[in-house]
Amino acid sequence: MMSGVTQELEIVKPLKLAINGVSKWFREGVVETHALDDVSLNVDEGEFVCLVGPSGCGKSTLLNLIAGLDNADSGTIMADGRVVTEPGRDRMMMFQESALFPWLDVLGNVKFGLKLKPNLTNKERAEVAKFYLKLVGLERYIHSNIHELSGGMRQRVALARSLAPNPRVLLMDEPFGALDAMTREQLYGDLQEIWAARKKTIVFVTHNVREAVCLGDRVVLFSPHPGRIREQFKIDLPRPRDINSPSLATHATEITRALKSHRAERVAEVAE
Amino acid sequence: MKRFATALVFFAGLLLVWHLVVEGLPKAWLEALPESLRSAFSGVSAGKKVLFPPPEKIWEYLVAATKSGDLFTALWVTTKRLLIGYIAGVVLGVPLGLFTARFKWAADTIGVIGLGLQTLPSVCWVPLALLWFGQTETAMQFVVIMGTLWSVQISTDNGVRNVPPIYARAAKTMGSRGLHTWIQVILPASLPFIVSGVKQGWAFAWRSLMAAEIYVTILTGYGLGHLLHYGRELSAMDQVLGVMLVIVLIGLLADKILFSPWERFLHRRWGTVKA
Repeated sequence: MMSGVTQELEIVKPLKLAINGVSKWFREGVVETHALDDVSLNVDEGEFVCLVGPSGCGKSTLLNLIAGLDNADSGTIMADGRVVTEPGRDRMMMFQESALFPWLDVLGNVKFGLKLKPNLTNKERAEVAKFYLKLVGLERYIHSNIHELSGGMRQRVALARSLAPNPRVLLMDEPFGALDAMTREQLYGDLQEIWAARKKTIVFVTHNVREAVCLGDRVVLFSPHPGRIREQFKIDLPRPRDINSPSLATHATEITRALKSHRAERVAEVAE
Repeated sequence: MKRFATALVFFAGLLLVWHLVVEGLPKAWLEALPESLRSAFSGVSAGKKVLFPPPEKIWEYLVAATKSGDLFTALWVTTKRLLIGYIAGVVLGVPLGLFTARFKWAADTIGVIGLGLQTLPSVCWVPLALLWFGQTETAMQFVVIMGTLWSVQISTDNGVRNVPPIYARAAKTMGSRGLHTWIQVILPASLPFIVSGVKQGWAFAWRSLMAAEIYVTILTGYGLGHLLHYGRELSAMDQVLGVMLVIVLIGLLADKILFSPWERFLHRRWGTVKA
């Protein structure tokens, strides 16, 4: 392997995130939504944190803020002590829909982010892209077109694409939400493996409690209107975890109960 | 192979029927036909043959016109006008479309003009072009540009507005900004719209050019439209039909050469229905 590639594939130090008193409003016409209200959260280097909550609780909004795709109305987001103001390759985002580019083939998609790295030759970029496609198990599909792939394969390509620029944190916005259970289960295993191998910090948004318990070191529970952090759960289960294991189900039941009690509280508030 | 054979048999049959209707069946055959069909196959009178020439007459015209060089000259004149105007229309139309999609003020100004002018049949530009540029190549190219430009602009604009915002967001996280995003993401993402706009633009340009060439004599060169026009002046139906045939063939060829590669690309990448 060429030296540029070796350097590019080195395992980078994972990122530490410090979110401090972040609030965010959205205005659409006269309707104003309080998406996030004074949210503070720390994510350690290499930690896998899952944000869980019903829709409208601001978990995706927070992810966008960390990515730098949007700016907070108040509060700060620090990545390793530096304030986040715009997107950067140290923080890669993976979306629910694959957001892959249909005009490029699989390899072209994974190379896209690498093209913006000027210190690599084209050959080195292809080399790096192939490394990540192999990591997600798609080395046989490098020249396939996106529409020819199944939903699960597309998300694998998207994962390879967000890994390729070697970010220090991976932001995942319900990446497996649209997939069938079998495919999802396989991806849980693969993602845990990749996380262990590449040592990334991961912030993972989902509304699936079991998924969160299966993947996260910590599960952060959000409640909506306005979006707030309600409770946090440390998940100390050994890895790799199997989504069907009974101990995992115990944790999930506990969190689901908490989720429901918040909702009941909320209904009671509205009723008053 | 079977499809080719089917087409061959069909067109050969068509020419044969055409020939027989014009020239009439041999006497012995005619008598074998039922009474009611006889008049249809007894041939047209010598006087009417001018208006209804048999297919071999058209072939003779095409051979003669090719030998004398008239046909090739006219073909070249027309093709040059078309290509120059067409390429200029696309080269101007695509950036203009990106521009009107990107800036609200551009959409409210140029966009409105584009929308208005797109409804104007392009042949309506001919009088203006003649007054401004005289009976010249410039006038013809101007008509073609006007035919192409606005449909390309509108389809590009439309294409950009239909690009899922998630593409731009994904590109942004990967470090793409500004012009890079426009050229590497928005433009290729709009390609299905742009290709159909370019195709429509071609159709408009081709029709308006033919109309203009038939309608006025352009002093700087005789195109296919002129051959068609003079065919009428001379009552030379073989010339009229021969030139019409050439015009049809050009249309088919343009489709194959100019658009098929793009449509194949769209089909391969997007998985759209094969054209």
